[in-house]
Amino acid sequence: MKILVCVSKTPDTTAKIAFTQNNTKFATDGVQWIINPYDEWYALVRAIELKEKDPSTVLHLVTVGAADTEPIIRKALALGGDEAIRINADSHDSYYIASQIAAVAKQGGYDLIFTGKETIDYNGSSIGGMVAELLDLPYISLAVKFDLNGTTATVIREIEGGEETDEVNLPVVVSCQKGVAEQRIPNMKGIMGARTKPLKVVEPVAAEPLTSVVSFELPPAKAGVKLVPADNPAELIRLLHEEAKVF
Amino acid sequence: MKKLKYFNMSVLIFIDHSEGHVKKASLEALSYGARVASQLGVPAEGILLGTISGNVADLGKYGVKKIHHAAQESLNHLDAQVYARIIADAATATGATVLLFSNNLSGKAVAPRVSARLKAGLVSGAVALPDTSNGFVVKKNVFSGKAFANIALTSLVKVIALNPNSYAIQEGSGTAEVAPLNVTADAPKVKVVSATQASGQVPLTEAEIVVSGGRGLKGPENWGIVEDLARALGAATACSRPVADAHWRPHNEHVGQTGIAIAPNLYIAIGISGAIQHLAGVNRSKVIVVINKDPEAPFFKAADYGIVGDAFEVVPKMTEAVKKLKG
Repeated sequence: MKILVCVSKTPDTTAKIAFTQNNTKFATDGVQWIINPYDEWYALVRAIELKEKDPSTVLHLVTVGAADTEPIIRKALALGGDEAIRINADSHDSYYIASQIAAVAKQGGYDLIFTGKETIDYNGSSIGGMVAELLDLPYISLAVKFDLNGTTATVIREIEGGEETDEVNLPVVVSCQKGVAEQRIPNMKGIMGARTKPLKVVEPVAAEPLTSVVSFELPPAKAGVKLVPADNPAELIRLLHEEAKVF
Repeated sequence: MKKLKYFNMSVLIFIDHSEGHVKKASLEALSYGARVASQLGVPAEGILLGTISGNVADLGKYGVKKIHHAAQESLNHLDAQVYARIIADAATATGATVLLFSNNLSGKAVAPRVSARLKAGLVSGAVALPDTSNGFVVKKNVFSGKAFANIALTSLVKVIALNPNSYAIQEGSGTAEVAPLNVTADAPKVKVVSATQASGQVPLTEAEIVVSGGRGLKGPENWGIVEDLARALGAATACSRPVADAHWRPHNEHVGQTGIAIAPNLYIAIGISGAIQHLAGVNRSKVIVVINKDPEAPFFKAADYGIVGDAFEVVPKMTEAVKKLKG
């Protein structure tokens, strides 16, 4: 069994969101970088659990990014995994990233490719589906539970207004969200061990970005809260009905 | 730059449905797609896979001139791989240059596949009409609702996945021509064993009003006041992360940065302090109401209306007032 987990570097969930260079670049000053929570807490931890159950499993991590993504990759390796692959390129757009991951995945012959359900910065929710299409594999989006029985996966995924239980033969691409696994904290042994795990750097394949960021903007500031006295909730309902006209 | 002219081209809109009904999010996508088409001076067309209970031609009232319809019951279940191939083939055959999806859970499964298959740039989570004054630029949500990015689509064919509740449904009086779409669908590689639909409930991402509870409600046994208010308003219910983590409520109700991001017309937060991660999932709501006994709760800074008070006293009175108003 060979598993590939796609991980991405994102700003910490509490990072201040601001832009520079005439609102064309994210202001990285003072920003703490983390592994995208969906990639770490769910995709990676579930893959580690599968390896714990079957120690013959080979678990690789992959990311697309410059050398400054290496601390994040080492952190991920501290949780688990045998080796990491860094594709040495800027993450231009989702098609570009998916093309890079698909190339690595094809070469590695993985049975299972995990992603988080989306990154918390770009919120594209598109890498898993694109990788699956590029490799002509089935894709199960938004898994909340993942089990493996031989070469058949049983996955519970979120669908519009409910849940669906699927069965699929490997290889398959799965995007993971809450429910698939529980967040883990790396221990000292893991952190020490991660230092010597192989971190391979590969050069990108030729792929053309299909989109580019023109500019960023922040949402307009709220005008301020209109407080209604606690003894008059009916007045709040009247305002919502007559002034805000929301129902 | 001169305005681009498209000849023999079209906007193709994916019509998502379940249990015979076209989803509200798809009606928004149809309305948005029709507007994009008129902006570009090209026809708007729909693509419907499977069967619905209503009259397909009636969907023309949302602005589409033609609907490509593969009326096979075997297609009623959405298999992303099967759907992506059919949609991509239809797009190529009809010369569609813009493909439109709702960025609901179905769209998230299918749109990226179609994008990769056609090598067409994708903007997922669009929140406004494209700006075609200089290229083709679409505004999308980024940083989990904390900012927007304007994204230029530079490929010939473009894919847009529109966030639910971002574009109002435009209903006119037209009728669409229904063109049968003959497809030989591949056998799905994914076998659906079972599916559960929470019937009768409004899906969170489609809900126009959401009533949400936090730790301030002290325990799952106190959720009655949230549910009563939601019922009176015809709203969906939601919760904050600590509530879902404590299993007071199912995790599919968790809204916030690591839960579901929503953009209803009205979001009522009861006993939620308003941590930045929670705000990220709800700050696209048009009107935010906060009920909290702590006047220092950060949520008040992001709110439009608020009451500083005890939820257990305030909320039942709100419910009464709504019932009175609705008669």
